[in-house]
Amino acid sequence: MPAAILTRLGAALVVVVGVSTLVFLLVHLVPGDPVEAMLGERAQPSDRAALRAALGLDLPLWEQYRRYLTGLLQLDLGRSFLDQRPVAAVLAERLPATIRLALAGLGIALVIALPLGVLAARCRGTLVDSAAMTLSLAGISIPNFWLGPLLILVFSLWLGWTPVSGDETPAAIVLPAITLGTALAAILARMVRASMLEVLGEDYIRTARAKGLGESAVLWRHALRNAWLPVLTVIGLQLGGLLAGAVITETVFGWPGVGSLLVDAIKARDFPVVQGCVLLISICYVLVNAVTDLAYVWIDPRIGAR
Amino acid sequence: MTLGHLARGFPWLVLLAWLVMALLGPLLATRANEVDLPHILAPPSAARPLGADDLGRPVLARLAAGAGTSLAVGFGVVLVSAAIGALLGGMAGFAGGWVDLVIVRIIDVFLAFPGILLAIALAGILGPGLGNVVIALAVVSWVGYARLMRAQVLSLRSRDHVLAARALGAGPARILVRHLLPLAGAPLIVEATFGVAGAVVAEAGLSFLGLGVQPPAASWGSMIRDGVAYMLTAPHLVAAPGATLMLVVLAVNLLGDRLRDRLDVRTRVC
Repeated sequence: MPAAILTRLGAALVVVVGVSTLVFLLVHLVPGDPVEAMLGERAQPSDRAALRAALGLDLPLWEQYRRYLTGLLQLDLGRSFLDQRPVAAVLAERLPATIRLALAGLGIALVIALPLGVLAARCRGTLVDSAAMTLSLAGISIPNFWLGPLLILVFSLWLGWTPVSGDETPAAIVLPAITLGTALAAILARMVRASMLEVLGEDYIRTARAKGLGESAVLWRHALRNAWLPVLTVIGLQLGGLLAGAVITETVFGWPGVGSLLVDAIKARDFPVVQGCVLLISICYVLVNAVTDLAYVWIDPRIGAR
Repeated sequence: MTLGHLARGFPWLVLLAWLVMALLGPLLATRANEVDLPHILAPPSAARPLGADDLGRPVLARLAAGAGTSLAVGFGVVLVSAAIGALLGGMAGFAGGWVDLVIVRIIDVFLAFPGILLAIALAGILGPGLGNVVIALAVVSWVGYARLMRAQVLSLRSRDHVLAARALGAGPARILVRHLLPLAGAPLIVEATFGVAGAVVAEAGLSFLGLGVQPPAASWGSMIRDGVAYMLTAPHLVAAPGATLMLVVLAVNLLGDRLRDRLDVRTRVC
């Protein structure tokens, strides 16, 4: 394995340790006593002490942190306060739905953004361009917790095309994916446009045109291939936003993923599950970014050579 | 007045309306919380221009109360996080050495998080309330300012006027505030503009999830959440706060775009 890849993975590992520490501090240092939240204010002091000991909350912070890290290495994220199931098992059950939704959202985003961005770049300065960019600005500004209910109203309640919530039928993923993908589509469309404009000014494009290639071949085969790189960076950076956006989208549509699990766990003050959800989504994000970095080398060999 | 004028004035008009609504909010506060059972889910009419909600409260007055919430959170978060970010970023860039190293590592870890996720978890753990929303959002948004400020200070600190100030015996705090901040300000202002839009959406999102301000206080986000249950019979309950929120965010983003073009700042340079 080339040294560059090892270095990048090493850096990702350092960040993962930092992220784990931050999540630990978040749950343990922030005011708000889980024991009080679980037992209520009128609990007997002896019950509190017993629960505190059972959860390991009476240990010094450093010892709790050591146990937490050791547990992480063994993929042991503790047990849910609510039903005593291992958090790792609960997460494993929910993760596939979130991944499915995120990929569908990304797919929708690309399907919208690529044609829109290329078209805007091709028709730069025209009405088409400004219409596309206005549309994209509207897409960035529309909050997903508003877009979701609107889509439900039109397509589920009025037209009856899709189910209101859940994930039982294949059609059920369409509205959540659109809700999740719209903001990313809008951002990507702008990125594709900017990147295409830059590439279209280069010499090899003029060569391609000069040798008589059709405009669509120039745009899609020659220009887009090099315009991809910055777009890919943005996808990597925005995927975290996509995963976090999934929290709201899943809540709107009752989608059984990690996001809706997080919101339910927060409301139930089920801290091990909260901790597990945040950790899982963050680690996914860090890994995706590392993979994005490595993908550059594959797309643009000039970077690996440096 | 041409279409161009209208387009140019649009964001300012929306901002003005936002401000006026936020200022009028307290005056309408009693009306916004007045339960009026005979008029539950009333459609828009002359007496209630935007109709009434599921408790008969006038939607327009609730919108005004929500404007106050979003304005307070939007500007509160930006002020707090920009101050913290500029201070830490400035220190890192100016001091260098291990101070820089530590701060950069912290920034890296925060950047590795999807910010809104951390804010959701933090708001959930801190518990609901306006102050906690501001804290949760400020904790995740100072990073952008810190990174920008550090980059700015690094590129500015060996300028002649800074060397001159140092030669004249100015201390680090004075150099940072008097000689670096004014020059580093432009990109920070652009970032802050987008930051206001981000914080307004994030506050509404947290309130939508039930982690923001608590009833009977109004937030556009919680208005949308409460309205969803009555979407078929009273679509105005969801439409009004959502459209208002989107207009405000669009206006602020437009201003940010315009400001960036004018100041010609490359925001992603670091």
